[in-house]
Amino acid sequence: MTDLIATRPKLTFRFDRWAPALLLAIALLAYIAIALYTGQTQYLTVDNLISVLGRSIALGITAVGQTFAILVASIDLSVASLISAVSVLTSVIMNGNPAMVIPAIVAALALGLVVGLVNGLIITRLEVNPLIATLGMSLIIQGCLSAFVSNFAGSVPPEFQVFAYGGFGSLSYSLIFLALLAVAAWFVLRHTRFGSDIYAVGGNKDAARVAGIKTARVTIGAHILCSLCAAMAGLYLASRLRSGAPWIGSDGVYDLESIAVVVIGGTILAGGRGGIWGTMAGVIIFSLIDSIFNLAGVDAFAKQVLRGIIIVAAVAFYAVRSKRLVA
Amino acid sequence: MTEQTLPHADRRKRQLPQINPVYFVLAALIVAIVVMNPAFAEPTGYMNFLKRAAPLAILAAGQLYVIVSGGFDLSVGSVITLVVVGSSILSNNDPNSTWWVIATMFAIGAGVGLINGLVVCYLKVPSLIATLGMMITLNGVAFMWSGGSPRGYLTDQFRFFGRFNIPDLPLIRILPVALIVLIVLGFALYWLMHRTNLGRMIHAIGDNPRAANLAGVPVNRVRILAFMVSSLSAVAAGILLGGFAGVSTDVGTGYELQAITAAVLGGAQLLGGRGSVPAAIAGALTLNAIFTLLNFLGLPQPIRQVVQGLILIAAVAVAMQRRKHTGR
Repeated sequence: MTDLIATRPKLTFRFDRWAPALLLAIALLAYIAIALYTGQTQYLTVDNLISVLGRSIALGITAVGQTFAILVASIDLSVASLISAVSVLTSVIMNGNPAMVIPAIVAALALGLVVGLVNGLIITRLEVNPLIATLGMSLIIQGCLSAFVSNFAGSVPPEFQVFAYGGFGSLSYSLIFLALLAVAAWFVLRHTRFGSDIYAVGGNKDAARVAGIKTARVTIGAHILCSLCAAMAGLYLASRLRSGAPWIGSDGVYDLESIAVVVIGGTILAGGRGGIWGTMAGVIIFSLIDSIFNLAGVDAFAKQVLRGIIIVAAVAFYAVRSKRLVA
Repeated sequence: MTEQTLPHADRRKRQLPQINPVYFVLAALIVAIVVMNPAFAEPTGYMNFLKRAAPLAILAAGQLYVIVSGGFDLSVGSVITLVVVGSSILSNNDPNSTWWVIATMFAIGAGVGLINGLVVCYLKVPSLIATLGMMITLNGVAFMWSGGSPRGYLTDQFRFFGRFNIPDLPLIRILPVALIVLIVLGFALYWLMHRTNLGRMIHAIGDNPRAANLAGVPVNRVRILAFMVSSLSAVAAGILLGGFAGVSTDVGTGYELQAITAAVLGGAQLLGGRGSVPAAIAGALTLNAIFTLLNFLGLPQPIRQVVQGLILIAAVAVAMQRRKHTGR
C-alpha cells in the first residue's frame, strides 16, 4: 500500500526503500575489494558476474514466487519438496523422449497449480496457520515422493537441457527467463488489480475485506503463483541435472533460503510491504556472498557460520529502525 | 486465563468441553497400541516409550514458551546437535568431566537463548529469521568444532540421564532416569508458565504486545527469558538424546519442527497468547505414539511423513473450528 503513495514524486529519502540497494552495493564493493586484495582480478569481468548469478537461478525463480506468498502475509514452506517432486515428475515423463517435453512441462505446471490451490484452500477455508499448512503439505509431498523414488529417476532429453545450458554467448536462456519472470511479477504487482489487492490483503486483511476485496481469492492466487514458480524452478533443476533427484529441493534448502532472500530484499514477513526488485537484489546478494567466500578461500564450515550471521545482520540492517514490536 | 474469572457453578458446567482434546487422542492412540501389541502394557513397554519420548516432550514444553510469547524458535535442533557433539569433544572420554561439561552446555544454551532474544528484541529481526540464522550458524559451529566428522563417544556417566533405568522397583519394576528428568522439568515449566507472573506476562505479550507494554510488562526482558527457557530445554533434551543416539552432526535435525508440531497438537496458538505446558507434553507423547503405531503397522518411513503432515494440518484445522464455535 505504501508503494501506491510513494509513486507520487517525493524528495524525502526513504531508507527502507533503498536498503536492499544499499546492501547490494555493499556486497558488490566487498566482492571487488576481496578480488583486488587477493589479486584475483580475472574474476572482475562481466562474464564472471553473469556466471555468479547463474548459480542461483533456481533460488531466484523460487524467490519470485515466495515474494507473492509473503506479500499477502502468508508463507510457503512446501516449495522445496515441490521442487523435488516436479524435477522427478518431469524427468520421468520425458524419459529421454523429446516428444514428451511439452506434456512433461504441462504436467509439472499442473502439479504446481494443484499444490498451490490446496495450500491456499487449507489456509483460507480451514483457517490453518500458513506456516503449519505448508509445512504439512511439504511433509505430504516429500513422503509421497520418497515412497516411489529413492534415486535419480528418468532422464531429460538434450532438447530440454538447452533450458539450463543453452544461451546467447555467456548470457544463458535461464538467466533471461528469470529476468523476464521478474519483470512479469513486477508488472502483476504494480500494474494490475490483483497486484494491488495483494498489497491490500497483506497490509490489513480485515480492512481489505471491508473494502470489498475477496481476500480468500487473493491469498489462493498468491499461493498458486508461488507454487507455479516452484514448479518452474523444479523444471530448471531437472534440465540442469539432466535427471530428476528426489532430494534436490531439500538439499538446496530452497524453502528457508527463498524466505531469507525475500526478507533480505526488504519484504516484511508481516506482509503488505516490499517488492520484487528487493527480492532480486536479495538473490544477487546471496550469490555474491558465496563468491566472496570462494575468493577469500573461507573454509566450508566457517562459511556456514558466517552465512547464518550475515542473514540475521542483513535483516537487522533495516529492521532495527522499525518502531513496531516484531513476532 | 478466563477459567479463573468464571464463577464456580458456571465453571463446573463448562468443564467438559474445556478438556483439551489432545488427551483423548493420546488415550485413544495408547489403547490402539496396546490392542496391537499387548507387550506395550508391560512396564518395560511403556517405560521405554516414555524414555524415548522424554527429549521431545521437554523440547516441546520449552518451545511453548516462545510460541506463547508470539515467536518461533527454529534453533533448538541445532542446539541439540551442538550439545551432543560438544559434550563428546569436551568430555574427551573422561568420566569425571560429566558435571562440568553439563554445566558448560547449559551455559552455552543460556547464551544462545540470550542472543536469540537480544536479536529479536533490539535488532527487531523477526524470530523466524533470527532463529533460522542461529540454526545455520550453530550447525556450522558444530561442524567446525568436530572438524566435520565427530569422533569419540559419550561417557557412560553422561549417558546415565538418557539411558539408565532404575531397576527392581515395586509395581512399575523399572523407572528410567529420563522419565524422572521429564517429570521434574515438566513440573517446573508448568509452574513457571501457569503459576507465576512470568507466565502471565508471556501470555499477555503473545496476546497483544502493545497492550502488555502499556500495562507495564517489561516486554523485552520477558521475551528474552522465553527464548532462554527454550534454549535451556533444548540443552536438557540434547543431554537425554545423547543417552541413546549416536554422536553425529545431524542428531538434532528436524527436532525444531517436531517440537512446534507437538506444541500445536497440544492446542498452542501460533503467534501467541494461548498454550499449556501439560498439553504440549501430551502433544509430544501423541506424536511419538503415532510414530510407534505406524511402526507396529509396518508402514515405511515415507508413509510416516505423509501421516505426520496430515495430522499437523488436521489438528490445527480442528482447533480453529472449535475456537470459532466456542468463541474462545
